[in-house]
Amino acid sequence: MNTPVLNETLDLAAQFPGLSADTRPGYSGWLVPAEKLTEFATFARDTLGYDLLSSVTAVDYLEQNLFEVVYHAYKTAGGPGLEFKVQIPRQDPASLPSVTPIWPGADFQEREAYDLFGIRFENHPDLRRILMWEGFEGYPMRKDWKEAFYEDETKPFKSRWPEGKHSLAETRAAFGDNVSFPAGFDPEKWTPTDPEELLYASLRKYSAEVKDGIKTDHVLVNMGPQHPSTHGVFRAVAMLDGETVVSLKPVMGYLHRNHEKIGERNTFLQNMPYTDRLDYFNSMYNNWGYSLAVEKLMGIVVPERAEYLRVIMGELSRIQNHLILFGMLWNDLGAYFTPALYAFEERELILDIFEAVSGTRMMCNYHRFGGVVRDVDAASLQKIKGLVFERLPRRVEEMNRLLSENEIFISRMKGIGYLSLEDSIAYSVTGPNLRAAGIPYDIRRAQPYGIYDRFEFDIPVRHNSDLLDRYLIRMDEIQQSLRILRQALQQLPEGPVLTGKPQYQVKVPAGEAYGRVEAPKGELGYYVVSNGKGNPYRYHIRTPSFVNITSLEKMCVGTKIADFVTILGMVDIVLGELDR
Amino acid sequence: MTPNELNSPGYDIPEDMKDVVAITTLDKIYNFGRRSSVWPMMFGLACCAIEMIAAQASRYDLARFGMEVMRPSPRQADLMLVAGTVTKKMVPSIVRLYNQMAEPKYVVAMGACASGGGPFKEGYNVVAGIDKFIPVDVYIPGCPPTPQALVYGLMKLQEKIDHQSIKQVRWYQKGPDSVETPVPFLGPDLIDPRRIPEIHAKAAELAAPAAAE
Repeated sequence: MNTPVLNETLDLAAQFPGLSADTRPGYSGWLVPAEKLTEFATFARDTLGYDLLSSVTAVDYLEQNLFEVVYHAYKTAGGPGLEFKVQIPRQDPASLPSVTPIWPGADFQEREAYDLFGIRFENHPDLRRILMWEGFEGYPMRKDWKEAFYEDETKPFKSRWPEGKHSLAETRAAFGDNVSFPAGFDPEKWTPTDPEELLYASLRKYSAEVKDGIKTDHVLVNMGPQHPSTHGVFRAVAMLDGETVVSLKPVMGYLHRNHEKIGERNTFLQNMPYTDRLDYFNSMYNNWGYSLAVEKLMGIVVPERAEYLRVIMGELSRIQNHLILFGMLWNDLGAYFTPALYAFEERELILDIFEAVSGTRMMCNYHRFGGVVRDVDAASLQKIKGLVFERLPRRVEEMNRLLSENEIFISRMKGIGYLSLEDSIAYSVTGPNLRAAGIPYDIRRAQPYGIYDRFEFDIPVRHNSDLLDRYLIRMDEIQQSLRILRQALQQLPEGPVLTGKPQYQVKVPAGEAYGRVEAPKGELGYYVVSNGKGNPYRYHIRTPSFVNITSLEKMCVGTKIADFVTILGMVDIVLGELDR
Repeated sequence: MTPNELNSPGYDIPEDMKDVVAITTLDKIYNFGRRSSVWPMMFGLACCAIEMIAAQASRYDLARFGMEVMRPSPRQADLMLVAGTVTKKMVPSIVRLYNQMAEPKYVVAMGACASGGGPFKEGYNVVAGIDKFIPVDVYIPGCPPTPQALVYGLMKLQEKIDHQSIKQVRWYQKGPDSVETPVPFLGPDLIDPRRIPEIHAKAAELAAPAAAE
């Protein structure tokens, strides 16, 4: 799926001098010399038409003494993507040109690579740490960086298996806890630097002025990390002129729990339950993206019935995600908890199904490489049918009637948080928010995975790109999901649900793969590199929340601070995947 | 609470006064008030927070326990439900919030992460359990605990409250609080103010062989 179309492959090297194909076994895409990156990125966007930058990430090839920065770009018109890489020597400071001026959506992803790998992106407008705090010692995702509770390079750890003599990590760590300090560090003599200094400096782009004889000044407001309407531990710092937002910066990392570092220790299968905890509303969909990437590496096919089950669970998950979003949105608007109760009522019924098929309500851990873990029994299937054919359409309609035409609601939503079509693409916005800007881009159609090419469904599009449209498009999407579900339930074939026999350790050939799915919140991509061993060499998650939030400032500037809450709500972030 | 539970034994109340008058201890009536209106702080960290909301919603209905009033401000809350993974970046805020809560105050560590780091324990930005910084009353296992488990944990907390006495709880003692909860801060790594001498000594020890070489 990632390999560029053949004729384009041949053309590309001829069209752009200096470009060379990545010929390592299992790898694909193009190698771009660092000094030509800006030129090539402009060429890819303007001449080749890859307008949507999906993912930017780095890989630390310790043995080859290389940092590799990997870019995945796609066309909003659909079709396969363009993968290109830049290799730079592994040294300090390692640097390469930033692509943020070309694709502003790269902003936070480059900051993440800087934060975790220490790669400097020149000409980046605001290169600060993003997940860790300013002043943290070291770049944790580098292969030679070890955390305090480090035990072994790969799992399963020898202390647990097969000998099974495990000791508490606290007793092994040098400082008796999950902390490490540089040798000779003296906390008493250490002068703290203000970790927020750079952040506040980046917001203070004004000088006090005199308006109508009154000296005015802007006000700096911190929202979060503990705030009821930031949907978790998200923080935003806004510069206000009266009530109007002048500039705004999101601050994150308060839930950065090191999915990627832990994921590179885990075996391939051990990562499956971790993906559940990314976007904890949609564990079924998170599983899918990861299994897609690894299946691509392994080259295995999924049995028919399992494909259908994946679609059924995925679409149920999408419905409950959107329902919860509506409930929480109304909370944010001040209608405290009553609409949320409507949403939770339906969600509980969907969770019952998840519990019946997978064993848990939220953290389903349902997919396996080459299928799903368990079949659905007849009783659960009957329950699903009851929901899909009878209850849900009725209840969604009821919610729609109750909420969508409320006058206060419409006046709070209409025309707020506008983001133009061009900006939406430039900021790599994906999912419902991109479709609310008028672009029918849905990976289920643009580059179908699984069996989505078999179903008849529409990609809902709206054109105003304001909060109301972002809300209504999700209402439309629920209808389409129900449509897919009806077809899937009618066509569901009998048969096995897993290729081969279940196994704990899978053999994954060396290579790289990028598996992306249309998660309810937007494009969810997994970039997995294998070196043929039992653990992924690199495991990167491109999450929709993290990338969609890049456009937050653009949407908020000029609106009132009270609208920030709703704008953030409609970006539909979930902190587990925002911070990972 | 039925009159029988409320009444302290040993006092005879005339039959016609039975449902009107109760003779009880201050502890009992005080605990009854507290355990029936434990207001949790509206404060979610990660996945567990969603189950916490589900427990508030119609099917599990925490209102049955007098716990439906979620307070976004620590000043008005009695219970801190630490629902989710505690990270180094977040823990200063959590401890500060705890210190801002008015007494009596309780802490419930919901889920594996808040209890001991859970699946993310080895992570470089993860605090292995909130009990390293603030005292925890009830631990609820699970990843995430189901709403039923949360309700059970909160009932355990109510049991704990029932057995407390005004004379003994730490917040009515003279002098400073017996449990110190200084706010940690972020340096090259997370620094716990209580452990500064220890960190200093260990870092010096690590530096010593390097200096000798």
